[in-house]
Order: sequence, then C-alpha cells, then structure tokens
Amino acid sequence: MGGYVLRRILQSLLILLGISFLTFILLYLIPADPARQIAGRSATAQTVENIREQLGLNLPFYQQYFRYLTGLLQGDLGRSYLQKTEVGELIWSRLPATLLLMAGAIVSELAIGLTMGLVAALRRNTATDTSLMVLSFVGVSSPQFVIGILLLYVFSVQLGWFPIGGYGTFRHMVLPSLTLGLLGAGWYSRMMRSAMIDVLRQDFIRTARAKGLKRWQVLFGHAMPNALLPVIAMIGIDIGLFMSGIVVVESVFGWPGIGQLAWQAIQRVDIPIIMGVTLVSAFAIVLGNFLADLIAPLIDPRIKLR
Amino acid sequence: MTADAKPDLLPEVAVESPRGVFRRLVGRKLALFAMTVIGIIVGAALFAPVVAPFNPEEQFFEGLTLEGAPLPPGERFWLGTDLLGRDLLSRLIYGARTSLLIGIVANGIAVAVGAFVGILAGFFRGWVETLLMRFTDLMMAFPALLLAITLAALFHPSLWIVAMVIAMVNWVQMARVVYTETRSLSEREFILAERAMGAGLFRILFRHILPHLLSTIVVFGTLGISTTVLLEATLSYLGIGVQPPTPSWGNIIYENQTYFTSAPWLVFFPGFAIIALALGFNLLGDSLREVLDPTQKGRH
Repeated sequence: MGGYVLRRILQSLLILLGISFLTFILLYLIPADPARQIAGRSATAQTVENIREQLGLNLPFYQQYFRYLTGLLQGDLGRSYLQKTEVGELIWSRLPATLLLMAGAIVSELAIGLTMGLVAALRRNTATDTSLMVLSFVGVSSPQFVIGILLLYVFSVQLGWFPIGGYGTFRHMVLPSLTLGLLGAGWYSRMMRSAMIDVLRQDFIRTARAKGLKRWQVLFGHAMPNALLPVIAMIGIDIGLFMSGIVVVESVFGWPGIGQLAWQAIQRVDIPIIMGVTLVSAFAIVLGNFLADLIAPLIDPRIKLR
Repeated sequence: MTADAKPDLLPEVAVESPRGVFRRLVGRKLALFAMTVIGIIVGAALFAPVVAPFNPEEQFFEGLTLEGAPLPPGERFWLGTDLLGRDLLSRLIYGARTSLLIGIVANGIAVAVGAFVGILAGFFRGWVETLLMRFTDLMMAFPALLLAITLAALFHPSLWIVAMVIAMVNWVQMARVVYTETRSLSEREFILAERAMGAGLFRILFRHILPHLLSTIVVFGTLGISTTVLLEATLSYLGIGVQPPTPSWGNIIYENQTYFTSAPWLVFFPGFAIIALALGFNLLGDSLREVLDPTQKGRH
C-alpha cells in the first residue's frame, strides 16, 4: 500500500510537470507579444524592450521555462501581465467561490442522479425506467450554457425565485450548482441504476427478504449501502468534469471563481493567469483521480492496488 | 478449473454485417428515434437551400418591430427573427451544416488519431506503449475545455481551426479504449498463431486486429460526435468558435444572448437543436453498444 501511494504520488508529479511543460509550449508559441500589450499602444520601442527584459521574455525558451519552474517550486505562479498582481493571490482569492460551487454541484448531482437511478432500478423495464434513462441522456447531451440560460429564464426572469446572477447567499448558489451538476447527474443515474440492479440480484438480499424484513428495510438497510459505495467512489473523477464546466457556468451566472478569472484572462491574453489556472485545475484533476483510486479498495476489498 | 477453460474470459468476437446491425437497430424504439432525429437534421443540412424559407443572411426590414426588436415566432417567420431581422429558422437550418461538418470532421480526426495511437501502443508494447500511454495519461489530466478555449482564443478562429482544436482535445478516450482492446486481442491465440506462421505486420493489423476493433470504434466514434457537437456549440457560444456571419447554433445564441429576457426564442430554438443532435448521437451510440457488444448480451 505504502509503495503504491508513493509511486502514484511520483506519477502524479510527473504528469503535472508534463502539463506545465505542454502549457508553457502552447502559450509560448502564441503569435501575441505580451510586452507590447503591457506597454500599451503609445509606448516606444525602448519601453517595450525594457518590459521584455524585465519579464525575461527575451531569454531562450528553455531558460524561460526553467525560470517559471523554479518559481513554481517556491510556490510562485508569476505575476499577471495586466493586473499587476500575483497570480497565486488572484487564484487564492477566487478559489473559495469555485469550491463552494463545486460542493453545490456534487450535492445536486448526487441528489438528482441517485434518486433517478434508484427509481429506474426499482421500476426496471417499465415506461418509468425508459423515460428516466432518456432523461439522463438529455442531461448528458445538454450544453451547460443552454441549461444555465434556460434555468435563468424560467426561475429568475419568469418566476423570480432566484437572483439572476452574482454571489453571496444560498439563493445565488442554487441555479449555478444545478447547472454544473446536471451533467454528472446523468452519469450517476445510469451508474446507480446498474449498481442497484446488480445488488438486488445478490444472495444476501434474498436472505434478508427471506428472514422477513420489510421491503424498505431491505432496500435502505441492505441494498442501498452496497450499491451506493462504488458510485460514491466516482466523485473524485468528477473534478475533471467540473474543471471544464466552471468556465462556462461561472461566465453565465457571473460567479466570481477561477473559471471566470480564466475566461477573462483568455480574452486579454494574460498568459500567467491562464497558465496558473490550468495548473491548478490539472492539480485538482490529478488529486481527484488519485483519491478515487485510493478509496476504491477501501470500499471494495476485491479491488487490488497495483 | 478444467483444462479446456479459456485462460481469459474474452467472448468470441463475431464481425456482424452492417445490414444485420441496421435491422437490429431499427427494432429498438430509442435507436429508431435517434436515427429519425439525426436523419431530419442531416436532411435539413444537405438540402438547406431548398428547405430554408429565406436566405439566412438577409436582413429583413419587416423582420424587426417598429422599435427595432426581433419578431417572435409567427406566420411569416415561423421561429421568429434575430437581432438583425434575419429569419431564425433559415439560420438554424444553415447552422446544422456547420454543426454536422465540424462534428464529422473533428470527430473523424479524433477517431483516426485515437485509434492509431491506441493500436500502436497496444500492439507494439515496450517503449512505444510507455511513451504513448503516458502521454495519453497526461492529456487525460488536462482540463479539456480550458485547453480548447485557450487554443481557440489564441489562434484566429475559423471553421477548420475549431475542428482541429476539438480533435486535439477529444482523441484521448478513443486511444484508451482501443489500446485496452488491442492489447488483449494481440495476446489471443489466433494472433499468436498468425505470428508463428510468419504473417506480416500489416496482414495481422489489417486482417485480424482492425476488424475486431471495428465495433468499438463505431460505438465510441458515434458517441464522440455528440461530444464534438457540444464542444463546438460551447466554443461558438463563447464567441471563439465559428465566427458570424456563418451561422452555427452556438454563435446564434452568442449573438443574441443579451436579449434573451425579451426574446427567449433566440436562445431556446438553437439550444433545443443542439440538445436534439447531441442526444441523437448519444442514444444511437448507446444502442449500437448494446447491439454490437457481445459482452453486454443478455445483461439487464
């Protein structure tokens, strides 16, 4: 176990290193000149040259990357080109909002997905089952900006139940969380359905029935916990879905998280911020996968770590 | 365990004729529904000049109210008009061309690259496998949409750049699935026998490996079109995908979203079109999986 954990940590670090290198290459190859952009239109050639030197943009590629990497190891993500602030600070100040949104998304995807999956499994091969599964496909096939705008129109504009955007109270959280969680709800309902169908076939369920337990006791005391665990273990993997989703969801709802930060930075070609958010997202994804793999054998001892 | 038990429990893989697959698909209600939806959209895209009631780029003087607001769905403009007084239905019909074109081109590239990488890594093993699969792991950890958005924003977006960007992000899953299958296939007895008899590399790859991978590639290729359609819509919605005046379902929403409270049809209809197309390919892909995948037979 210890050896496995160590090897996985090492692997994860290598993946992150690779991602930092790839992102750096991508951003380095862009045909935009950050120095000229920072200096503004009226700047002289000399000013632009000074800025270039100051930022190290005149160095060869590998030296620039090395410089960035040494900074990174000291916890320094660099400085924003346009906002004149530390990228680390910017991301740090917006991280709570994003984490809150993700927590809301996890709650809503589990609530919707597990309920749908449970009902579908119990009403297996009926019209209810089919329509729930088609619905889960609709969830998986809907772009988040469409869901977001649709929810905004119905619940904020027409019904006035929720604010139209922004951040602060619980009511601000509901629609963005639903929007971000709906995609996952689609996957979870399908997983929950097949996990539940598998469990209900097992011998211990028959035993529980045979010894005279009530239907709901069998369902919630015996079947649910066993079906639920492998499904819950997937949460770590959702981080990847969320990290893609936040850019769109946060921009639709004006949610002040790192997704919005990234989108604003992309529009202004503020490379250090794009780089920083990409690395933080990749870190979260790698961490999520790692945790999911660690939890799996704890939940199901038949799974062996290799 | 008896002596004749197979060491690995892989099912015998039978390659089915396309006609047989099609007949079994038609027997399924959801697959039939999916094929109908896809058929309608493909038909609309192919025959756009015939089907569309108006020129999608024409800005009608009578397409706006006296205050200059877009018209709601009505008798002359069935789905209403957009901000510039253009017919929404015609724009949607021409937009189907963009979505399908990108869906097919980008997904085609992704499938080709993914299958190539997967087969190479699964068949040759050794350092080729290590190199390719570690790179695939790395791409898996990349925040996909962020990468696509960054790339699309940094290059000057055109239809082909958007397709390339989407392909770059989407080949990874195909590579992983094909890799796993190729690996287990290349260890099966019939491949070993072929090798022992001195069959050439290309003969083994094209006559024996590829036909067995076909159903996997078809299933994930179909599901992939849906992902591609969604990604294109998202990029275009952010204004960094297909550029106006070329209509795309995503950029119709992008152009009109500021007015969505007063003219919600400009968001709803294109939104439903995107969902319908993505849903169609998802349902079709899932049905194909059930029809083609022998391991799934008799389950659930």
